[in-house]
Amino acid sequence: METKLMKGNEALAEAAIQAGCDAYFGYPITPQSEVLEYLAKEMPKHNRIVLQAESEIASINMIYGAAGAGFRSMTSSSSPGISLMQEGISYIAGAELPCLIVNVNRAGPGLGTIQPGQGDYFQSVKGGGHGDYKLIVLAPSSVQEMADFVFIGFDLADKYRNPVLILSDGAIGQMMEKVTFGKFKPVKVDKPWATIGKPETRERNYITSLHIQPEKLEKSNQKLVAKYKTIQENEVRFEELNTDDAEYLIVAYGLCARICHKAINIAREKGIKVGLLRPITLFPYPSKRLAELAEKTKFMLTVEMNAGQMIEDVKLSVNGKVPVEFYGRMGGMIPNPEEIVEKLENLIQKSHAI
Amino acid sequence: MQSEEHLLVEEKIISTKGAGKTEVTDEILKQATTPIEGEKFVFDKPRCMDDEYEIVYEKPKTLVDVSMHYCPGCAHSLVHKLIMEVIDELGIQEETIGVAPVGCAVFAYDYMNIDMSEAAHGRATAVATGIKRLLPDKYVFTYQGDGDLAAIGTAETIHTINRGENIMIIFINNAVYGMTSGQMAPTTLPGMKTTTSPNGRDTSFYGFPIKVSELISQLPGAFYVTRQAVNNATAVRRARKAILNALRYQKLNKGTCFIEIIGNCPSNWKMTPIEASKFVDDSMIKAFPLGDVKVPKGEDLKNLQEKN
Repeated sequence: METKLMKGNEALAEAAIQAGCDAYFGYPITPQSEVLEYLAKEMPKHNRIVLQAESEIASINMIYGAAGAGFRSMTSSSSPGISLMQEGISYIAGAELPCLIVNVNRAGPGLGTIQPGQGDYFQSVKGGGHGDYKLIVLAPSSVQEMADFVFIGFDLADKYRNPVLILSDGAIGQMMEKVTFGKFKPVKVDKPWATIGKPETRERNYITSLHIQPEKLEKSNQKLVAKYKTIQENEVRFEELNTDDAEYLIVAYGLCARICHKAINIAREKGIKVGLLRPITLFPYPSKRLAELAEKTKFMLTVEMNAGQMIEDVKLSVNGKVPVEFYGRMGGMIPNPEEIVEKLENLIQKSHAI
Repeated sequence: MQSEEHLLVEEKIISTKGAGKTEVTDEILKQATTPIEGEKFVFDKPRCMDDEYEIVYEKPKTLVDVSMHYCPGCAHSLVHKLIMEVIDELGIQEETIGVAPVGCAVFAYDYMNIDMSEAAHGRATAVATGIKRLLPDKYVFTYQGDGDLAAIGTAETIHTINRGENIMIIFINNAVYGMTSGQMAPTTLPGMKTTTSPNGRDTSFYGFPIKVSELISQLPGAFYVTRQAVNNATAVRRARKAILNALRYQKLNKGTCFIEIIGNCPSNWKMTPIEASKFVDDSMIKAFPLGDVKVPKGEDLKNLQEKN
């Protein structure tokens, strides 16, 4: 085991090398350019491919080609760049290609700002591009997880032949923390479907998302739906804090979950019995656990750095059993623990008044 | 034993059809279909399969034996066949990966018996880059139309060639969007009527057709750039030679080989196949002159000759 002090983006890039990433294609954008910079320096040392493309559109299609040829491939970008990639991501999902996409989320809409945000939640978990598809979405909340989720992400991508998205943000990408490597070993998976040249011994392989006959496309859609159901059943990841005796529950992911962790400590000192559920996979979503927690909590508070996006999934999960409240900051502003506690206290007061 | 006279008649039909100059008259047809005294036709199998005939031409082995969806007189089926002939000739089925576009050739992988990838509209060269960078020893090619390569995929086209990716790009230029049924393309000729330029392409409004071969030949990454047609036998043979050259050059790792092929599109030009062939000669080739735009020189040429 090796421990280093690293930036989130660099830890992620180093993890990519260690996870056996064969190829990285990317385009510079703040706040994630360190990934491309790090890999441009390090990948050639390992005889891996790293290429700065002319655009995010080209990057994601290079991934499509490389992943289709059976190689572990990865790209990273930040919000506006991820928007540009949506077409390619839809094709990748349709063609069922395993790959890793990283979004170091900044605040939008439009050019927005380079400061962190969580405004890409909908885009990440509800499809993003055209057509019915899902990405497996992992939300790290520390530099350690920026690294760990690369290993987990690649393995999940290969296991399900599905694109995996790491949804980080500008703060986690830029912050420095200690990170330990050596926990994971890359898993090699056979890819008999890859386009590497057709030998005599098998039929030709082709990578496509085109099924011009509706009967065939519906079958393909149903196959995807069945896959997503299996993923929902088997791959839900979340973290709980102080939920055993919790009367109130905060739901937050990524950077917000870290801040809420601190907020919960402050609230607990004040005698407020509050817990935290941090979804790690945003798809598949920990709906079942939230429904269970709804049975024993008075209300839930969703904290996000957006106008309220994940709150919809929390509401769907609890299905009206408890009130679901929201606190959010936007535009690259980060909430501080005190304002979250204040919001919590106000909500408790209000619920008593009723 | 077939009579010599009969063979001559057949040849006459083939040659007049191929040249697209003389109409096939009723008299010629009658001659061709009437048995000569003392002889009878064999109807249970095609005459070309008679043992007494020598095989001079066969369907390429790597071309899948299915009927194609292309319109009669379309260039695509012919160019598909040429690529597969060359792959057979070089014996590289196992080493070749193709990338199909969005456009009429979107189903190319139904016909080409090689590993293939279907790309999003305009992104074929980016997809090919991804494949070739990971599999540098394989032969990789894209097959794209004018809308795909010269409109929506312009950035990918230029940057792929500028990086000198060692791939072959087959660019079918028929001056229209074929699959979406005949809209104006970046290569539509001035004054040419399409469904979105019903009064003819107005160059003051839409500019002039892009001469992609000339444009990209300026890039150092372009190793071999040529423009060919497939509207007559000589042109077909030249186009085939160009494809053969391009795949041979790919092994040199010297850059991108770009073959523009002026394609006939009778359906969207609203012409018969013969009229479309004539349109290629009379109009298309005038705007897009045939021939090599950039060829390997000096040391590169010497290496090639040694290799070949």
